[in-house]
Amino acid sequence: MSIITSIINALPGAVAQGLIWGIMAIGLYITYKLLNISDLTVDGSMCTGAAVCVMLTIAGMPLPLAMVCAVIAGMLTGFVTGIFHTFMGIPAILAGILTQLSLYSVNLKIMGKANQALSVRNYDLLVSLQYIRNVPLWKNAIFVVAAFVVVLIAILYWFFGTEYGCSLRATGSNLNMSRAQGINTSFNTVIGLMLSNGIVALSGALLAQYQGFADVQMGRGAIVIGLAAIIIGNAVFGKIFKNFAFKLLAVAFGGVIYYIVYQIVICLGIDPDLLKLLSAMVVAVFLAIPYWKKTYFSVPKKGGNQNA
Amino acid sequence: MLEIKNIYKTFNPGTINQKVALNNLNLTLNDGDFVTVIGGNGAGKSTMLNAISGVWKPDSGRITIDGVDVTGMPEHKRARFLGRVFQDPMLGTAADMSIQENMALALRRGNRRGLGWGITEKEKAQFKEALKTLDLGLESRVTSKVGLLSGGQRQAVTLLMATLKKPKLLLLDEHTAALDPKTAAKVLELSEKIVEENHLTALMVTHNMKDAIRYGNRLIMMHEGHVIFDVSGEEKKNLTVEGLVEMFSTASGEEFANDRALLSK
Repeated sequence: MSIITSIINALPGAVAQGLIWGIMAIGLYITYKLLNISDLTVDGSMCTGAAVCVMLTIAGMPLPLAMVCAVIAGMLTGFVTGIFHTFMGIPAILAGILTQLSLYSVNLKIMGKANQALSVRNYDLLVSLQYIRNVPLWKNAIFVVAAFVVVLIAILYWFFGTEYGCSLRATGSNLNMSRAQGINTSFNTVIGLMLSNGIVALSGALLAQYQGFADVQMGRGAIVIGLAAIIIGNAVFGKIFKNFAFKLLAVAFGGVIYYIVYQIVICLGIDPDLLKLLSAMVVAVFLAIPYWKKTYFSVPKKGGNQNA
Repeated sequence: MLEIKNIYKTFNPGTINQKVALNNLNLTLNDGDFVTVIGGNGAGKSTMLNAISGVWKPDSGRITIDGVDVTGMPEHKRARFLGRVFQDPMLGTAADMSIQENMALALRRGNRRGLGWGITEKEKAQFKEALKTLDLGLESRVTSKVGLLSGGQRQAVTLLMATLKKPKLLLLDEHTAALDPKTAAKVLELSEKIVEENHLTALMVTHNMKDAIRYGNRLIMMHEGHVIFDVSGEEKKNLTVEGLVEMFSTASGEEFANDRALLSK
């Protein structure tokens, strides 16, 4: 019984944290699914967002402004990766790794040390793990993060429906076609990376507030968690969510499911040291499924069907 | 309309893979010319089209489109002058986007893309009308992803997209080579219809000599990176495949040794 109670007790926290990682995964979705780039910058930019938000708040800046600065800092990290990739011709994955590595130093310099606390007792924070129970709804961490998710999805839905947003999607879908239609694909790639990492930094800023500290290790493996959220979301809701806004919502839900499973696994008493290994294995298998389907399970259709 | 002057292009210079692709290429297209381009493998046909569309910059020479010097202009900037259909049906359309979204992208070629809606209700109706002219039933599938269409259908949509906003010059790069004969014939007829109705200037590369003779008002033959033969008007109408092969040997001093071109007569 005690396991079940502890799972139930941990559930609200898992939902809130899952939604925060869901925001991160939405950022990743832009590069991974729309731009067709695996952007490893996110492992560093998540901490950058957290570090900037924490340090500026400690320095006395109003929290909303500190969060805006965190987003801008995240966009800068995406800008750097974008320049590495488009202007310097470095393959996208390597460009992301280079930025990520340099961000480790940058994040340490921003924070001054590996860990910076931001206690909810001393600062008026938007979200905190203290605000899960016995608080009015509008202060509840789940509610606040959910509001962020909804507003973010609404903005992205609008943006990717605009002329410019469509040209970004085209860039990710077909570079040749985009250039033939007069789209500056290099510029668009940089903008896409900036947008994505800005959102990732926002989730970092929220996570730092939620857990009450920023840590130089906090973004490690973020891309795997983000991919897991995207994959889970697609696996569970892919059949019913076809609209772009709902697809993004599915990604956020994917983050929530990931964290609920994560909590259950912890409550079951599995060594937490093994969790990253497990996450990576699960993601690897899910990434392999489309390939396996194509290679080992595809049956040629009987009879040709030729359309003009 | 189009003026190509003394274009040189060598790929991989200084290596064992060095290849002179364009060797003093000169070509002038008049307004309304529909020019078919033939030549053996490696003659520089596709390379010429890539030079015009700016996939890379030539080593020397000058290209002007409608009086504008585009020699140093990046590919996406000169796209406003050009409509392009590629050999590979996959290249001309964005597979993850719907038919109407693809067309909306093409309609904005050369315009600044702002934060207005990427596609309007009025345009959706316009696209349906345009798709009806293809006679492929695509007007009822405007929201389908282009990736679901067959190669021929995609090529037809690409052709429509290339001409939705009237280009100064239409570039067709063996755009029927990857299609089955029946579909290829249909797409070719469609190309001719669109070129005629919109009074477009067009360059069409083909491996099929019969098609090269049948379509257009002018025919050029390329060899080793430049034009060796240029006929138009009555003289072109009277051409035969055998005649072309003979002209190739006289002009180049070589046998016309291209199985694909000969087999397809």
